[in-house]
Amino acid sequence: MNWRYLVIGAAAMLASGAAQAQTTAAPTDPQIAHIAYTAGQIDIEAGQQALKKSRNAKVRAFAEEMVRDHTAVNDKALALVKKLGVTPEPNPTSASLSSQAKTKLDELAKLDGAAFDRAYVENEVAYHKTVNGALSSTLIPDAKNPELKSLLSTGLKLFQEHQMHAEHLAKELGS
Amino acid sequence: MRRGRPALLAPLLIAAALAARPAAADPKVHVIHIADMAFGAAPAGIKVGDAVEWVNDDMFEHTATARDHSFDLDLEPGATARTIMRSAGEIAYDCRFHPGMRGRLVVQK
Repeated sequence: MNWRYLVIGAAAMLASGAAQAQTTAAPTDPQIAHIAYTAGQIDIEAGQQALKKSRNAKVRAFAEEMVRDHTAVNDKALALVKKLGVTPEPNPTSASLSSQAKTKLDELAKLDGAAFDRAYVENEVAYHKTVNGALSSTLIPDAKNPELKSLLSTGLKLFQEHQMHAEHLAKELGS
Repeated sequence: MRRGRPALLAPLLIAAALAARPAAADPKVHVIHIADMAFGAAPAGIKVGDAVEWVNDDMFEHTATARDHSFDLDLEPGATARTIMRSAGEIAYDCRFHPGMRGRLVVQK
């Protein structure tokens, strides 16, 4: 299946999946924390894969940035949930994100050289767009705790910057 | 003894005066803080020979990179780095990692 459809599906899942798991309409803070953390981990793993496979200096620098930035924000998220005494709660949305990401990692693993670089960067553009949409439309508005809301807002700014960087890079690679 | 005292004090006074006066090599430093994925406001009154210092208060690594290549500073979280402004004019700069982060300096003669 084309990854673009998968990520569009993931956006819909992010918007509705967690809600369906609850009797209430919105995902809870422990669920939101789990979704946001998972979204970061997925991009870290994608970056680690790119660092193993790519020889393109710009792609590698981008991948290093993804690993570094998402590790920083996820470390903050872990410290925050610990401080708040909140246990991130696995839910259908985060499970769906993880399984789709695994499919994509397997798909990218079969590519090499310039084909890998282009596919990785194109997916980074699509993935960051999806997560940005979910953060602005669902996760940030539904978060109750102000500190969690604030960290998610920082996460949104980060994802937006990464999307822009990925778009510039995709252009350079001729995607 | 009375005549000798000023002679003894003179070198001390000169040393104290020298210590109090800022050395000519010390530039004026203008500080810009980086927080929440943004550069702080550009300080006013930057002159050629002054230093501009960036302090990274953010959790992410950033750079202050001049479009005209006059400076390119790496700033890990918590790091501080500075550069001397060598010529007058407007300098646009950004972060190499986060292209939406942009700043502008105005350097006067």
